[in-house]
Amino acid sequence: MGKTLFDKIWDAHVVTQAEGGIDVLYIDRHFIHEVTSPQAFAGLEKRGIPVFRPHQTIATADHNVPTINQHLPIQEKLSRFQVEKLTENCEKFGVELYGLGHPHQGIVHVIGPQLGITQPGMTIVCGDSHTSTHGAFGCIAFGIGTSQVEQVMATQCLLLTKPKRMRITVDGELQPGVLSKDIILYIISQLGTGGGTGYFVEYAGSTIRSLSMEARMTICNMSIEMGARGGMIAPDDTTFNYVLDKQFTPQNKEFETALEKWRALYSDEDASFDLEYHFKAEDIMPMLTYGTNPGMGIGVMEKIPTIEQMDHSKSFQKSLDYMGLSPGQSLLEKPIDYVFIGSCTNSRIEDLRIVADFVKGKNKAKNVEVMIVPGSKQVEAQAKEEGLDKIFEKAGFQLRQPGCSACLGMNEDKVPKGKYCVSTSNRNFEGRQGPGARTILASPLMAAATAIHGKIVDVREELV
Amino acid sequence: MEKFQKLSTTAVPLPMENVDTDQIIPARFLKATTREGFGDNLFRDWRFDNNGQANSNFVLNNPTYTGQVLVAGKNFGCGSSREHAAWALYDYGFRVVVSSFFADIFKGNALNNGLLPVQVSENFLHKIFESIEENPNIEIEVDLENQEIKISETNIAESFDIHPYKKTCLLNGYDDIDYLLSIKTEIQEYEQRI
Repeated sequence: MGKTLFDKIWDAHVVTQAEGGIDVLYIDRHFIHEVTSPQAFAGLEKRGIPVFRPHQTIATADHNVPTINQHLPIQEKLSRFQVEKLTENCEKFGVELYGLGHPHQGIVHVIGPQLGITQPGMTIVCGDSHTSTHGAFGCIAFGIGTSQVEQVMATQCLLLTKPKRMRITVDGELQPGVLSKDIILYIISQLGTGGGTGYFVEYAGSTIRSLSMEARMTICNMSIEMGARGGMIAPDDTTFNYVLDKQFTPQNKEFETALEKWRALYSDEDASFDLEYHFKAEDIMPMLTYGTNPGMGIGVMEKIPTIEQMDHSKSFQKSLDYMGLSPGQSLLEKPIDYVFIGSCTNSRIEDLRIVADFVKGKNKAKNVEVMIVPGSKQVEAQAKEEGLDKIFEKAGFQLRQPGCSACLGMNEDKVPKGKYCVSTSNRNFEGRQGPGARTILASPLMAAATAIHGKIVDVREELV
Repeated sequence: MEKFQKLSTTAVPLPMENVDTDQIIPARFLKATTREGFGDNLFRDWRFDNNGQANSNFVLNNPTYTGQVLVAGKNFGCGSSREHAAWALYDYGFRVVVSSFFADIFKGNALNNGLLPVQVSENFLHKIFESIEENPNIEIEVDLENQEIKISETNIAESFDIHPYKKTCLLNGYDDIDYLLSIKTEIQEYEQRI
């Protein structure tokens, strides 16, 4: 019986088995940030122990940093204290920090891949649920809590039960105007927000194979939104070509040796999965969410389900009340107040290029405020080098500095109560973008079209 | 970690599905660098209005419902990996969360903090909600050793699953980290092998 990609990587990382068949899993890379690490460092201090493998740990400040005037001290006291605490801890424990002002600073799941810290076959963790992003490189990557952050700091290991395996295959050709964000929003709308709980997902099929690394990252990133522990894609030439010239990728002979190992990272033909789903690319439309979890999504031409279709669910009604929307309603032509383009889901250079390409020579609608927050200093610099900043400026979009920003509103970037925001981020939970904010998740292309029209349109009609 | 063995208390019903960790503790309250005090902001945006006034419609503000057990709809704790959600529930005073389905990361975080997630059938969950509605003073008994949850004054009980390793940890108050530190030589040997 063959092995799945997941099993190959997992089994190679099991140090030993503890009581009751629980695995001690070795972790190759540990990313940390200011919000979920301070209590873990404090735990080490209390025990009087060091970070066991500081060179396998990489820190950045992203969650609560401001996205303007990053050269000035952070205004908000608690955020400043938390970022300072990270700097202090990294110095004390010998951990490399890409803090504010550093050319490598950015959203943790954007910087890992673009620096080549993320490499195929690795186990990667971070105190952030969107760590699943790194699975795009054929890694076992997943989010952990702070107690586990402390465990990895102390021992480079975690105690885990092996999740079940799921494979989601998408075959066929995408319609013009449909992006990888639409694929994952579609999958989540089909499986529901708990449909992947207990599983680790491998995405496969001709549609997935045809995607760029950045598009693959968007898909793996949102695996957690259907409850999956993580998501992964077997590495191929697209992956190897992306990794090839990155700063921390092994070079020359070492690269050749690594490549040989990486080429064995795929699910064997006779490997079996606990659960399989198949989808057709042709069925996927540009997607929008209408409710307060990412599973509440519809194609742009579809209508919000009716109360009857939802079995008179109280949670469904509560969601729609919060969103100020009605059952059976269409979202087309809905006026929108804010557009947010950013987050670990869609803030990479390709996302910014897609937006720039669409808005070039156009102006944003008067009723809408548009914020673009690049995923890293490197993305910001690249965007400027390509002149994308000029296109955004002319269109009336604000290009900010890197951080998580309005995805979770820990800094000043918030959507006011009752206002609608079309957002390229990953969560439309109540209050996620600020108390009372109403989030509609969409692709960068749908977000760009919303910005130009000030309302929701079917972007496919704009492309003819 | 505090030990957990047995508990019998009244319960607080929250019959909502997909309660995400952003509701349990909104991101803007994650700026503390210690583990304490998060209970004040537990369910902040459901518990208080924009002016900080208690929302009388929310169950935590209703004096009828008290106790150390929170009973919630399916897929409790979905979303962000923030352990602060488990800390907030614990800090507020909860020791058990009952639901018909838990998100993975939340479940792990809860178990690492002495907060017991008890997964029951949809049917049993419904019975608990009904019993509390009929009599808010009814007690829920949770017995970890025997892996049983019971609605007191009735004979309605159900057994629940927990990984044997995690059960031992909770019963004795052991942390994962103690075990991992004890096998450091094996970890170093693994590093040599690869």
